[in-house]
Amino acid sequence: MNLSLRWLADYVDLNVTPKEFCAAMTMSGSKVEAYVNEADAVQGIVVGKILEKKQHENADALFVCQVDMGGESPVQIVTNAKNVKPGDLVPVATPGTTVHEGSESMTIKKSKIRGVESLGMFCGLKTLGLTVHDFPYADPDAVFVIEEDCVPGQDIASAIGLDDVSVEFEITSNRPDCLSVVGLAREAAATFDKPLHLEEPVYHGSDEEISKTLQVEIQNREKCTRYVAGLVRNVRIQPSPRWMRERLRASGVRPINNLVDITNYVMLEYGQPMHAFDLRFVKDGKICVRNAKAGEHITTLDGVERALSEDMLIIADAEKPIAVAGVMGGEYSGIMEDTVDVVFESAYFEPVQVRRTSKKLGMRTDASARYEKGLDETSMLTTLKRAFSLVEELDAGEPVGTYIDCNYAAPNPERIPFDPAWINGFLGTDIPESDMVKYLESLEIRVEDGNCIAPSFRIDLERPADIAEEVARIYGYNNIPSTVIRGVAKAQLTPEQKFNRTIEQTMAGIGCSGILTYSFISPKWFDKIRLPENSALRNAVTISNPLGEDTSVMQTTTLPGMLEILSGNFSMRNPKAWLFEIGKEYLPTAPDKLPDEPHRLTIGMYGDCDFFTLKGMVEVLLHQLGIPDVRYVRCDDSYDEKTAFHPGRSAVVYSGDKPLGIFGEIHPDVQKTYDIKVRTYAAKFDIPTLFAAAETEITYKPLPKFPAMTRDLSLVCDEDIAVAELEDAIREAVGKYLEKVELFDVYRGEQIAKGKKSVSYNIVMRNAEETMTSEQADAAMKRVLKALTKLGAELREV
Amino acid sequence: MKEQLRQIEEKAQSAIAAAADLRSLDDLRVRLLGKKGELTAILKQMKTLTADERAAMGQLANQVRSKMETLLNDKGAALREAAQNARLAAETVDITMPGTKPPTGRLHPLQIVENEVREIFLGMGFSVVDGPEVEYDYYNFEALNLPPDHPARDTQDTFYITDNILLRTQTSSVQVHVMENQKPPLRIISPGRVYRSDAVDATHSPLFHQIEGLVVDKGITMADLKGTLELLMQRLYGDDCKIRLRPHHFPFTEPSAEVDVMCFGCHGAGCRMCKGEGYIELLGAGMVHPKVLEGCGIDSSVYSGFAFGLGLERIVMRRYNISDMRLLFRNDMRFLEQFR
Repeated sequence: MNLSLRWLADYVDLNVTPKEFCAAMTMSGSKVEAYVNEADAVQGIVVGKILEKKQHENADALFVCQVDMGGESPVQIVTNAKNVKPGDLVPVATPGTTVHEGSESMTIKKSKIRGVESLGMFCGLKTLGLTVHDFPYADPDAVFVIEEDCVPGQDIASAIGLDDVSVEFEITSNRPDCLSVVGLAREAAATFDKPLHLEEPVYHGSDEEISKTLQVEIQNREKCTRYVAGLVRNVRIQPSPRWMRERLRASGVRPINNLVDITNYVMLEYGQPMHAFDLRFVKDGKICVRNAKAGEHITTLDGVERALSEDMLIIADAEKPIAVAGVMGGEYSGIMEDTVDVVFESAYFEPVQVRRTSKKLGMRTDASARYEKGLDETSMLTTLKRAFSLVEELDAGEPVGTYIDCNYAAPNPERIPFDPAWINGFLGTDIPESDMVKYLESLEIRVEDGNCIAPSFRIDLERPADIAEEVARIYGYNNIPSTVIRGVAKAQLTPEQKFNRTIEQTMAGIGCSGILTYSFISPKWFDKIRLPENSALRNAVTISNPLGEDTSVMQTTTLPGMLEILSGNFSMRNPKAWLFEIGKEYLPTAPDKLPDEPHRLTIGMYGDCDFFTLKGMVEVLLHQLGIPDVRYVRCDDSYDEKTAFHPGRSAVVYSGDKPLGIFGEIHPDVQKTYDIKVRTYAAKFDIPTLFAAAETEITYKPLPKFPAMTRDLSLVCDEDIAVAELEDAIREAVGKYLEKVELFDVYRGEQIAKGKKSVSYNIVMRNAEETMTSEQADAAMKRVLKALTKLGAELREV
Repeated sequence: MKEQLRQIEEKAQSAIAAAADLRSLDDLRVRLLGKKGELTAILKQMKTLTADERAAMGQLANQVRSKMETLLNDKGAALREAAQNARLAAETVDITMPGTKPPTGRLHPLQIVENEVREIFLGMGFSVVDGPEVEYDYYNFEALNLPPDHPARDTQDTFYITDNILLRTQTSSVQVHVMENQKPPLRIISPGRVYRSDAVDATHSPLFHQIEGLVVDKGITMADLKGTLELLMQRLYGDDCKIRLRPHHFPFTEPSAEVDVMCFGCHGAGCRMCKGEGYIELLGAGMVHPKVLEGCGIDSSVYSGFAFGLGLERIVMRRYNISDMRLLFRNDMRFLEQFR
């Protein structure tokens, strides 16, 4: 909503600067986005009177003018304007002035044009930021010859009335009454504690009986609870007077002609949309408010033909639709140059009805935006009167003195209990009751018998909390004290939250940086990671109105999102990226039910790393999280994403028989789809499974009292025996005294046969009860060797 | 004999002084004090002396011995120190050479700030709760006093899954879950992702993060809301941080407020960063609307509460002076490495 301060001054005398006005209005609840002083854009442009105009001696298309600029002697200006002549008043941009035309700007300088000095430039409407709608007599493509009452040397802003201040308000949806000059004037009066000058409009009107010409029938009486219609005879279509055009312009509305301008003016002033029909095209003088019939069409004022449906409310004449109720009128019945008699409509249409229709037709208009928020049901007649008083003032036609007011029942005002003690208790304030009453009455909320009577234009007031807000905003939110919440509350992170925090800290501690990716992905990304066609992960929660395909489904796997970020880093030539994210997957459950949203830990890395770097990280992480019984298994079917991994360099991690996650090197084909040209590694873990597996209780184990026996063992075995098998065998063979078995070397080379490898273990054994003897240790080692021999491993001869 | 002892002492003195290293000093010690050493040799002549002379000479010999021992020890210490100094000097490194760094990671700036906000609220007795991002219309809108066809729905361009299921546009949806499942007193925050169909640019993202706060108890006032937010902002931005509340409208709070924080650039004087306002809009808040309380089965004549929702991105961008929101989701290492 753009408000003209000059217009506002009709209703309230404020005597404050625009800046003060904006600050105070914002703090009382009418938020100002910005304000513009129209004169700012035309600084330096003044009125000049052309005294003499001569042909330029060196150029056929140029003229040299002597211009009275209000100074002692005339000023010389070179121009190519053909439409100016001596005696004309024109806008002159003086040297030093920066003028704007569209997005281009230019600073006027004293200059010589073809050898003749020029001290300024004549301006057209465009340079002043105006159109022919502002000055209908002007030629839009030539220098603006001013026909206003002004004198040479006068600044152009005051000369042509371009000196209003336009204030842009952000009006919230609960306050449609503030989408009007009167509504904002009321707020301003309360804010500045000044009286509001508002009177019921008066018009004279002819004696004609309207019902002989016009009938109104409301078929859908629920959706149209009031319809006021009036008639203006013998209209004289012409431009509106300058003051009205100026106010419309400052409000951001283009002036058209007096009749149309009056409907817009009244809408801006009172917030009530009005519509005007040409009586010639209201067949049989019958107006019918009804639902559209299947198959009906209307061409709206914007020239678009629209199909109507039965759930839409329309205004029809005896035969056909002439307007979409509360949204837009029809082109056919609109005001034209030769219109003679005009029907004015001022009606109340049910908000949801208007909103649905306007959404369905895809047309948001100034009218529909007001109707859908809810209007003051008592104001329809006032606005008709205002329109007719303007018709008379502008001598735009002859209003008929009688009018039609259909289906109106005065609403019962909302009565809300007024309890000052409760209000103070709710706000935490100590405002005297008398002050509260004063604030409320300044907003036209009457206080009567312990009740607040909500004025009809305040459809948002229903409850004591609403009254508390009214009191608070006029009292000033910033006058409310600040207190600390009383009482004790016990709060701590839940075990799950602590667990996530441990993951976060561990991952950062071992060198990975946290990232955040979008939760929605492209369904094509499933192909990028080679997910099987029949994978359940392809069944994703799908957004019905996505921004684009790339963000159209909720991720069922976090892997592609991570790879996308690695790819971005690689393309930026970052030599190394070690990343992790705690995010969610969105796994569909049942139709019309919410998906599961389990947390996942995703790790992604390239640069300075190999499979075992990642595995080391996984080992550290699982240790930190207290995951017992960890096993690494070559990828089985636990995760559909296994296809994204190198088959020989990937693993599923188990705790006992529960798969926790998958990790490994990314498959070269997948790497290619992401344009990453170095080996890339990734991991994905199910955080709920990790959490369930984790042993969170830590019990101290006493430090050993007896010494340990240590044995080193080097074996030679077939390449394809996994070290984990050897390790398991060692564990079993040593039995309960085994404290630690650690692989410390793997060797392939000269002394080892092809297809074989040498592996070396450090084995630590300890009896917690007494000192272990070397005989016991040797016996254990014998068992180990026997077990290993069964696996095909033999002691390496050194 | 006395003269011999003096000579030995003199010779020893200069020999010890001249010893160049620990090994020659050891040799010297053997030569002087050893069983076959010079002093021992002299002492062997003691037999020839009288008892009185022997006593006097013995005393003298012991003095010489102890003096030589002291000299030897001192010299030894000096030599050891010199040797150590020489080794240390030889081991000198260029300390301006780069260190061997263990790999280090860091959290995303949004995680850093979110953790900070969580800690501030934990300290004030708020629990942290999570809520679904894919949500029923009821929790995101209807229960928050935004019935279907409410015009305020337009201000939140919503991603829909079905007519009834959507991507939550605000963490306020968690308020309803909490109030349905728990009884007052309630004191919670709920950080999380929210979604709005805004095209990506420097200040918009279809996905961003909010932190919702909710307090419900007997006697909760708007002054409590102000005090709590003031405390939050002072913890985040320093004790001299000031906030300002402006009346606003949210369907689920009444009264509602937009909360501005004093501009960090100009401290309220007005500058380019705050567009001359002196304050920067940071969050929305208000007293929980009685309809919302009642919809969740909480008696609004007994209990009152306040709620607030702050945008994490905005706080992060202000804190680190980041002007383009896209950087937060691009996760470029060169960006990530700047935070700690």
